[in-house]
Amino acid sequence: MEKINFLLSMAEFNIPKTEEGFCRNFGQIKPLMNTTEAFYESSRCLFCYDAPCVKACPASIDIPLFIRQIHTNNIFGAAKTIYESNYLGNACGKVCPTEVLCEGVCVFKKQKIKSLEIGRLQTFATTTAIVHNKKLFAVSENKRAKVAVIGAGPAGIACACELRLHGYLVDIYEEKAQPSGLLIHGVAPYKIENLEITTEINYLQSIFGFTVHYNWPIKTKTDLQKLEKTYSAIFLGIGLGNTRSLNIRGEDLKNCIGATEFIEHLKLNRLTTGVGKKVVVLGGGNTAMDAASDAARMGAEAVILAYRGNKAEMKAYHFEYELAKNVGVKAIFNAIPLAITGNGQVSGVKFQKTQTQNGKLQPVAGSEFSIDCDMVIKATGQKKQSDFLKLIDNLKLDDLGRIVTQAENGQTTNPKYFAGGDARNGGTEVVNAAAEGKLAAKGIVDFLKEM
Amino acid sequence: MADLSINFAGIKAPNPFWLASGPPTNSGYQVMKAFDAGWGGAIWKTMGIPIINVSSRYGAVNYRDTRMAGFSNIELISDRPLKDNLNEFEEVKKHFPNHALIASLMVQSRKEWHQIVTDVQNAGADGLELNFGCPHGMCERGMGSAVGQEPEVLQTVTSWVMEAAKIPVIVKLTPNISDITEPAQAARRGGANAISLINTIQSLIGVDIDHFVTFPVVGTQSTHGGYCGPAVKPIALNMVKNCAKHPGVQLPISGIGGIENWRDAVEFILVGASSLQVCTSVMHYGFGIIRELKSGLECYMDEKGFKTIDEMVGKALPNITAWEHLNLEYKIVASISDEKCIGCQLCYIACEDGAHQAIELSADIQNRTPKINEGNCVGCNLCSLVCPVEGCITMIRKDDGSKTVTWHERTEAQNIPTTFDDTLAGGLAHHVPHPTEALKRRK
Repeated sequence: MEKINFLLSMAEFNIPKTEEGFCRNFGQIKPLMNTTEAFYESSRCLFCYDAPCVKACPASIDIPLFIRQIHTNNIFGAAKTIYESNYLGNACGKVCPTEVLCEGVCVFKKQKIKSLEIGRLQTFATTTAIVHNKKLFAVSENKRAKVAVIGAGPAGIACACELRLHGYLVDIYEEKAQPSGLLIHGVAPYKIENLEITTEINYLQSIFGFTVHYNWPIKTKTDLQKLEKTYSAIFLGIGLGNTRSLNIRGEDLKNCIGATEFIEHLKLNRLTTGVGKKVVVLGGGNTAMDAASDAARMGAEAVILAYRGNKAEMKAYHFEYELAKNVGVKAIFNAIPLAITGNGQVSGVKFQKTQTQNGKLQPVAGSEFSIDCDMVIKATGQKKQSDFLKLIDNLKLDDLGRIVTQAENGQTTNPKYFAGGDARNGGTEVVNAAAEGKLAAKGIVDFLKEM
Repeated sequence: MADLSINFAGIKAPNPFWLASGPPTNSGYQVMKAFDAGWGGAIWKTMGIPIINVSSRYGAVNYRDTRMAGFSNIELISDRPLKDNLNEFEEVKKHFPNHALIASLMVQSRKEWHQIVTDVQNAGADGLELNFGCPHGMCERGMGSAVGQEPEVLQTVTSWVMEAAKIPVIVKLTPNISDITEPAQAARRGGANAISLINTIQSLIGVDIDHFVTFPVVGTQSTHGGYCGPAVKPIALNMVKNCAKHPGVQLPISGIGGIENWRDAVEFILVGASSLQVCTSVMHYGFGIIRELKSGLECYMDEKGFKTIDEMVGKALPNITAWEHLNLEYKIVASISDEKCIGCQLCYIACEDGAHQAIELSADIQNRTPKINEGNCVGCNLCSLVCPVEGCITMIRKDDGSKTVTWHERTEAQNIPTTFDDTLAGGLAHHVPHPTEALKRRK
């Protein structure tokens, strides 16, 4: 069997030994703008009519307006414009794939002029509001009905903010010790720092006054029945589960880890996250790119990204792939993993080559090869939480295990339950989750009014 | 190669770019540095009885990311003793005998004028500029624009100067007046050899909205200032043109007001200026801008085949006429380049909300390139002015050029609207949507 050896070169990143070294390796790709930078950048916006950037934004933020407000030094006004459409405005400015959303459609690109840095301007404005603890919203007088939100991720937080705006009392039940779901636990640290995320959530909590019960999992039928008794409506913002199994030999070996779990460990434990010298990342989505970049930045000497299809079939955004390549990640395509090899500990991955025939990926007989490594990160998608969702009466899921809701209000087939975020859409961006959470909150408000 | 040298009313200079009287000509050090950098002349900061200044003194209009698109000052004339100024004046003249060194003067009595004219002539001045323009601080004391706003006083004071002057005299005019040609004619009657314009425009440059005071702030208070910089150029060009075309003026004109680059300079020359004065842009960027000014002017002259500045002076004047002599048959409409359009739709909304509803959007929302409705297009230019892409919107001529009819001619032929609902109304055929259509539009 053919054996492919990647020459170990001197790694670009040293293994971070100190917090300072960690920060250096994970330098922010969208750092906070200073006032002068924001002033000049905002001056470039053309204030397009019916602007394409707004249409490309899942939260429909009035981007030309907030950029104009920044430029006229009405920063709080800009922050309000942003938060009125997206309660996670600060985080989204940093983690949104703006390259394929608002910035990707900036009309300047048609004349080969650099797009406006919309994401960074958005974070600039919202950070200013947060730093000044500016109360941009006044919540309505408390109403009697209470709403439970399961999951303090972006969808749940956005839903809670909107409900509080209308005066409904909101209790969020969060399984983990920290809020924001994948933002804290799953977004690569070079995109956003955890402190930035918690600062925004604290700011939102100080304005809207929702309650978060941490370390409080809702897992059983009994848990759900209790909620149904106490609350007039329930929002499901539960996201997705752990990394899906590949169902191949060797997944239980030491140093074979799911990408979501790897990034979560890195985000929470930083320096103590160990990486191998030679890491193979399996997958071709954006999480695979994040995991590969993270491994490289943690000082791995070689990081090989292996994807079963060809480059064009890869789901990751082009810019995410570029980011990974820029930190030294090498990609191999048309390689499907057959087994993870090793004795107690990972020592390599056995692959088979593939090719696309009649639109279907087919293994090529006799093309097996292996790559030596001491760590495998599986970025092969997250599981759905179907077992839990089946506990809810009359809750319909689609063929892919996603919660079925009404498009206009996020209401599920059980009228008391509403849903938004990854559990509803199968896994997209933070901004989609925030938009869906807000939409569902509006649906809940209408639902409660009718009651 | 073009020859940039000039002879302005008898004052010779290696090029037409002179520093206007102001902060950049406050000292011999600055003027010497400017001449060394390539400036052709300088008008020394106005001398008279020294004054006392306040702090702060300047304010600016910033347009988006552009600093100092407009500029205002409340600084007065030189605060240095005349003796110091004149010593340095002589020193500069010694080093740069072929550059134009002009003394700007402002005093009150006939006696003072005679004295100071004699003093600066003795120091080697090539010319005099009488500051009848300063619109702040000095005018309250009966000097500066207080003189410039009263043609008879201006004429009298000019004639006092002429009694003592042995060198060319330029009268600097204030724009704070309804008809600039009146003081210009008074200068001629008083015997002046040339005029220079414009001095600064009386202004409040802006308001400090946190402290309820205008800029520039002196402690907690402020006062009006004199406005200049790029923003005033259109006003200056019009006034230069008015003086250049007026048969009662007929004096060489030194153009001042917002000159920052060679294009500005050429524009001033084409409407009648034969020397140019620059101040604000030097205060912004330093003397080094002279390299761009000279190079641009030279290239332009070579390109157009002008050998001397004189050949260019007033070239645009014959084409500037009264509105009633413009051709009513000349018709242009806008045309948008599909290839260049970036889809910002600024032209659409400008025409839709600010002009004549002559630009339409495609029914296909993927296609962001607007289309001109030629039937409604009045050829106003607005779309081409707001378009951010070079050469994307052009104006295309539609009439065949065979007919020329002016308002003047139509008036003579009694072929003009004379009643409120006259069927000769120019906009009669123009399609205007019903007012309620406004409420049916997509939000």
